[in-house]
Amino acid sequence: MPNTQKLKDLTTQVRRDILRMVHKVNSGHPGGSLGCAEFFVSLYQDIMETKDNFNMDGDGEDLFFLSNGHISPVYYSVLARSGYFPVDELNTFRLINSRLQGHPTTHEGLPGIRIASGSLGQGMSVAIGAAQTKKLNNDDHLVYSLHGDGELQEGQNWEAIMYASAKKIDNLISTIDLNGQQIDGSTDSVLPMGSIKGKFEAFGWTVVEIEEGNDIEAVLEGMAEAKSLTGKGKPICVLLKTVMGNGVDFMMHTHAWHGKAPNDEQLKTGLSQNPETLGDY
Amino acid sequence: MKTYTNTGSKDTRSGFGAGLTELGKTNENVVALCADLTGSLKMDEFKANHPERFFQIGIAEANMIGIAAGMTIGGKIPFTGTFANFSTGRVYDQIRQSVAYSDKNVKICASHAGVTLGEDGATHQILEDIGLMKMIPGMTVINTCDYNQTKAATLAIAKHEGPVYLRFGRPKVANFTPENGTFEIGKAVKLTEGNDVTIVATGHLVWEALEAAKALNEAGVSAEVINIHTIKPLDDKAILDSVGKTGCIVTAEEHNYLGGLGESVARVLSQNKPAPQEFVATKDTFGESGTPAQLMDKYGLNSDAIINAAKTVLKRK
Repeated sequence: MPNTQKLKDLTTQVRRDILRMVHKVNSGHPGGSLGCAEFFVSLYQDIMETKDNFNMDGDGEDLFFLSNGHISPVYYSVLARSGYFPVDELNTFRLINSRLQGHPTTHEGLPGIRIASGSLGQGMSVAIGAAQTKKLNNDDHLVYSLHGDGELQEGQNWEAIMYASAKKIDNLISTIDLNGQQIDGSTDSVLPMGSIKGKFEAFGWTVVEIEEGNDIEAVLEGMAEAKSLTGKGKPICVLLKTVMGNGVDFMMHTHAWHGKAPNDEQLKTGLSQNPETLGDY
Repeated sequence: MKTYTNTGSKDTRSGFGAGLTELGKTNENVVALCADLTGSLKMDEFKANHPERFFQIGIAEANMIGIAAGMTIGGKIPFTGTFANFSTGRVYDQIRQSVAYSDKNVKICASHAGVTLGEDGATHQILEDIGLMKMIPGMTVINTCDYNQTKAATLAIAKHEGPVYLRFGRPKVANFTPENGTFEIGKAVKLTEGNDVTIVATGHLVWEALEAAKALNEAGVSAEVINIHTIKPLDDKAILDSVGKTGCIVTAEEHNYLGGLGESVARVLSQNKPAPQEFVATKDTFGESGTPAQLMDKYGLNSDAIINAAKTVLKRK
């Protein structure tokens, strides 16, 4: 087990980054970003094997694809704090002429990004394609992806889920952020999806559940288990139970902060609950 | 007037299949994906030769485009194959975001374009695909005219870095371009020299344009026929040079006149050298069931339609 205190400190700093980024431009998606901070920190600091210099083809390293691109603040913060680009560049989020677009893109050449996402439901197909190329290239590294639970309402996901098991894409770990919220309300109120675990299992995937998706030790343990299950003929689905808005009390357990930025007062409160650890950008 | 000989009618999709087969042998990075239309797309030989590089996706075109985008990461050159309707309209957003905006080197290869798909009718006869694809930033759009040119284009797009839409068709049509000819993306091919009227045609209408030029020549009208196989990027210079000489133009395509080759040509002319133009194209309508020849006749997409358009445009000079 890595030094989890160090990872916890980084997670707190990432939460500060998220709040400050969306506050500055009065736009962006803090809720889902805050809920996935532990996941991103675990992935980039411990779980994935990555190379120092970013290269689009990603030969000989693990790959990650963000399908629910609106949680770009957490992605950008963790990429910057993992060395992909200068942390100061977080200052440019959503501003004109920035590489940090509202939703992630390869188009502006931001290191760390391998696909554009934002229009939902496309990332799993892309991850499957990348995983198949790894197999063709005899590269035994893994492909990771992240998807929102509401995002599973997009039909393309189910084409991809059906294909991945049929074609034994067993070098793929697709994580679903189960926060139970989407823009218009809870997922149960918008379009109840029944048992997501049951659906993935029925489609032939191996499912790993992480009950405490905002507990860094639980995330590390769950993702390590997921890794250990790869290479056995089945794709792996991780069901990551998180709280939208985690770490900022007034943003938690509600869909209200899916796509809304805090005002000056709310920022102050949010930051006071997440004291500076590694230094603000 | 230079004349061309049909060396034996063949379908353009078989030209694609032959090109893909050759690429399988010469470029190990080429992979092929198909959404349950392997036979129709003539991808069988590639599949038989390289089963490890052929991916049967099932009837799931959105997934196919996404997988193709992902496969480029690590250096593969994916060629996707399905009908033109399912290659474009059905998967527009996947092409836009996962392929074009993501700068992915995917070749979208589309058969059964236009009304010559025939008896299956309008659900399958897309007449909007050139417009859809040419509007996407960075997309190259190619519509080939015969078997030989389709094979050559298939080989050429593998060497081109960036997303490409390659459009071809179902029926057997005249095969008249050189065997093993070179294919230069974005470079128009002048087929006949003429002084009175320019005829710019793409796809199945190129042979019809040559037939029209022959008849016009007999009637004392000298027509310059240009094969525009690449609609984007368009060879502006070839069009402007020719219209500079003839002073009028007919555009011919198996596509809606809204959004097609004709509108691209009109833009070039209006910005540089306004000139009378007539459109041989479908007029904002869906197709219907029928034989390819019946449909080309009913929708005004043959040599007779081109001759009439040329006579009309000549009066407007």
